[in-house]
Amino acid sequence: MTPATRYTPVAIALHWLLALAIVGAFGVGLYMTSLPFSPARLKLYNWHKWAGVTILALSALRLLWRLTHRPPADMPMPAWQARVAHLTHGLLYALFFAVPLAGWAYSSAAGFPIVWFGVLPLPDFVPRDKELADIFKLVHRFAAYGLGLLVAAHVAGALKHIVIDRDALLVRMGIGRA
Amino acid sequence: MKRLLLPLLAPLLLAASALTAQAATLQPEKSDLSFTFKQMGVPVDGKFKKFEAQLDFDAKKPEAGKIAFTVDLGSVSLGDASFDAEVVKAPWFDTKRNGKATFVSTGIKPTGPGKYDVAGKLTIKGASRDVVVPITLASGVASGSVAIKRLDFKIGDGEWADTSMVANDVTVKFKLAFAGL
Repeated sequence: MTPATRYTPVAIALHWLLALAIVGAFGVGLYMTSLPFSPARLKLYNWHKWAGVTILALSALRLLWRLTHRPPADMPMPAWQARVAHLTHGLLYALFFAVPLAGWAYSSAAGFPIVWFGVLPLPDFVPRDKELADIFKLVHRFAAYGLGLLVAAHVAGALKHIVIDRDALLVRMGIGRA
Repeated sequence: MKRLLLPLLAPLLLAASALTAQAATLQPEKSDLSFTFKQMGVPVDGKFKKFEAQLDFDAKKPEAGKIAFTVDLGSVSLGDASFDAEVVKAPWFDTKRNGKATFVSTGIKPTGPGKYDVAGKLTIKGASRDVVVPITLASGVASGSVAIKRLDFKIGDGEWADTSMVANDVTVKFKLAFAGL
């Protein structure tokens, strides 16, 4: 049996949905922190938190799917490039969890628990504590910057395949035909 | 002698104390005044650090009791620096022009053992509303809670009046310890 050339439709859908959600949440995160105290700021903070928890939940689903479904074979490329690509993927997955979890912990420690979509109160897994809040705020922020850099590296790698290698990499993620 | 004296004196002391309604003094370090509201579904707690109360109360004649309560609005804290800086501003408590909130009782009605309904006038930011506060009195501590609507007092005016952002319902909770009650 030859390995599939594409990820499964579920994996492809989760990839693009989460790509959109993560870029969106990242942009909102950068913007909202620059706003003065206002209803708009509070609204965006809540939306950002709801998006973050949604990203966390979908990432859990995605990881489960990834572990139970075989991905397509690597494109032909030098071994070191394959290693860098796999390392980037691994770190991306780690931060899909670390960034929202740190944000959640920051919310709890700051005394503003998350109520998902204004309906479902989420538990606090860290106590309310000012110093802890400051720490998680920093962790959330720099983990998010790290995720931003990894996404940039991931996109740059894909562009390299499209522009320089002119191979069919994007077919794996549902774009174009083999 | 001592054993004889105490049973004799106790009823006398009780009788004496029943003759006059005592003016009790608030013990701030044992008292709490806090509130809870929802911001986009998220419960937010705040508290006031400075408040005073004048209480004249006799459990035998609760109807004759009086309570006057004053809150220093500037002593508010929501446990978050950016919220604390905001809540004293004009759209909220406007503490520059309205430093105090007051509650003055107009009548006390017993509703059960150690339980009373205290009717009175609550004034915040120049607006007054008649409210009835159910309290429980036990070992010198009056505790209870009362639900108010923040917009009745223009707390969170203008762009903050949107109740889908900050709910109109605010629950005020108190635990007031009195000496000499």
